[in-house]
Amino acid sequence: MTLAPRQQLLHGWGRAVPTGASVVSTEDGSLDRAISNPPERGLLARGLGRSYGDAAQNAGGTVLDMTGRSSIHAVEAATGVIDADAGLSLDALMRRVVPLGWFPRVTPGTRHVTLGGALAANVHGKNHHLDGAWAAGVRSFVLVTPPPAPDVPASSTEVTRESDPDAFWATVGGMGLTGVVTRASLQLDPIPSAWLDVETQRATNLEDAIERMRQLDRDHRYTVAWIDCLARGRRLGRAVLTGADWAKPEQLPARFRNDPLAFDPTVVGSVPHKLTARVVTRPLVRAFNAAWYANATRQEGRQLQSISSFFHPLDAVDGWNRLYGRRGFLQYQFVVPLGAEDTLEAIIGETAHGATGSFLSVLKRFGPGDAGHLSFPMPGWTLTLDIPVGANGLRTMLARFDRMVADAGGRVYLAKDAALSPDLLSSMYPRLSEWRRIRDRLDPGRHMRSDLDRRLDLVGRSIR
Amino acid sequence: MNDAVGHMQRVLLLGGNSDIGNAIVSRLVRRRGVQHVILAARDPASLIDRVSSLESLGAKVEATSFDLTNCDEHATFVDRVFSDNGDIDVAILAGGLLGDQAESEIAPDRLQQVLEVNFVGSALLAMAVTKRLKEQGSGTLVIMSSIAAVQARRANFVYGASKAGIDAFGRGLADMAVGSGARVMVVRPGFVHSQMTDGLAPAPFAQDPDEVAEAVDAALDSDRTVVHTSGAVAAMARILPLLPRSILRRLPR
Repeated sequence: MTLAPRQQLLHGWGRAVPTGASVVSTEDGSLDRAISNPPERGLLARGLGRSYGDAAQNAGGTVLDMTGRSSIHAVEAATGVIDADAGLSLDALMRRVVPLGWFPRVTPGTRHVTLGGALAANVHGKNHHLDGAWAAGVRSFVLVTPPPAPDVPASSTEVTRESDPDAFWATVGGMGLTGVVTRASLQLDPIPSAWLDVETQRATNLEDAIERMRQLDRDHRYTVAWIDCLARGRRLGRAVLTGADWAKPEQLPARFRNDPLAFDPTVVGSVPHKLTARVVTRPLVRAFNAAWYANATRQEGRQLQSISSFFHPLDAVDGWNRLYGRRGFLQYQFVVPLGAEDTLEAIIGETAHGATGSFLSVLKRFGPGDAGHLSFPMPGWTLTLDIPVGANGLRTMLARFDRMVADAGGRVYLAKDAALSPDLLSSMYPRLSEWRRIRDRLDPGRHMRSDLDRRLDLVGRSIR
Repeated sequence: MNDAVGHMQRVLLLGGNSDIGNAIVSRLVRRRGVQHVILAARDPASLIDRVSSLESLGAKVEATSFDLTNCDEHATFVDRVFSDNGDIDVAILAGGLLGDQAESEIAPDRLQQVLEVNFVGSALLAMAVTKRLKEQGSGTLVIMSSIAAVQARRANFVYGASKAGIDAFGRGLADMAVGSGARVMVVRPGFVHSQMTDGLAPAPFAQDPDEVAEAVDAALDSDRTVVHTSGAVAAMARILPLLPRSILRRLPR
């Protein structure tokens, strides 16, 4: 059975810039057919739509809904190697492998991403300083590329770091523009339990936070800091920091010790679809941040947390992105190199004094980057800002931030991006032209397209 | 491609000599990072000053020829503009003819001209543009209507009726575009000081083209279908339909 493509309005997690596309379900043979016959406005694979901006949209073209292909083909319980379809969610993967004592090498802040999406964005997590980004856990993947000429079938290749390093590293972090990843093999890491031994600290300002972060990174596998982006003056950059490691079964309370690997996270609430007003307003943001900071006094010291409450706290609220109302929001995430703490401080300061503040701001120190041509992480400080669309002066503020980040030698994360100044792309991603050459080899007809590509000219169409 | 903070790349002005159209385009170039502008007018040679003024703002500008009344060519023209230049983020349909009410009442060819420019030609063009935007899955068509469209009056019902036609047509196109990613916006200014109204006594609450442009710019960030360019115009749009014909007949314009 073939499902007819349907015209659909697609948006990213930020819901800010919806565009229309023809969505093809890929449960059946329609995937190969769609890739073999790319339409004029091109093709793009889409997973669970968790990239915040327009990376998983293809206005007027074809979007391949990969979520229907989600089989796990093999789990080697002895070695922790899995082979699964790219449409598999991390949530489904974890429900399968956590009880066996395995965990993905990297998890982003939500389980609701697909293996393909995680690979295309080369996502990172709280252990980046030690374990690197998503690529670190990828053994191989199957890449299907559109035919260079009509009536030639699409080609399907298994890619490893060794078989074709260019294709491997151009695809990891390549934002889906090198072809369609249909399947991946991952190396998982062993875990002793489904619980984390979490240390919480408070930092009174940014300098304190940075110092504590350095120390936490030495002591723990997983670290992150939440920054109060409304605190000003002497308290600018005050933070709640957490560092964590996997808890051993004997650390667990008696009632969990029987089944230390039990994993069944639930959703505690849901934001109604009908909500069109913006709930996230400046007073609420202020109250929330103050409460979070105050609450951390009670948690200071050590406690046990579940996988979901430590790694994926927002997954407990279904559709939390709708809290930003009809016009949506954007997440501005950047990294600046170690030593560029001034830029970090300047941006936090400007956000604190800006019209909107940021509901959630997360600071993390990255370890070494990897060989991905468009990989986001570099050794340095990364900060996320969640900002409602429509705020006064937002356009000029973000343009200023872009410039500051570029001047500091940093970059903006493409998987989150919805507003980058296009002229700064190549200075933020200095290996862009190298990536473009490899991308053109993999997809010479330039059939892979996305709105992100159109907006920033990632593929380099304007420079034939 | 638009971004989340309203930057855009390419704008098409249909009616390249329109003062209001140029004010809108120049504002979008200055404030929204537009890199490429296409001006279309009957006589592209007449656009030299317009082109250089937009170029001085940093945009790449092209002038191309088209005639609103040449309806047979509209679809081909629109296809060519989109294919040659790439995606259009905003298309502004600003070409129009105020005409002379008294002349239109005497000379059928003058009457026909106003109706053909403002309604028939504009509607066919707007349809062709909307179809392309729908295929593109994104982009906005801005149709310049008028407060005159709200209620045609004795003093200017030829112009008023032609604008009422394109106004209603535009709202229909807006509904046709829902769910496609494309969008159609109908803009109703009041009296605007421009070449078109040169020599006419200004009506109350008259605006400059720049003020109209500011209102359109702001409306692009909303999801409104009908946009009045000032509070006074919005109020007039509410009041006019309530007036009895005996009063409408006596309104000077």
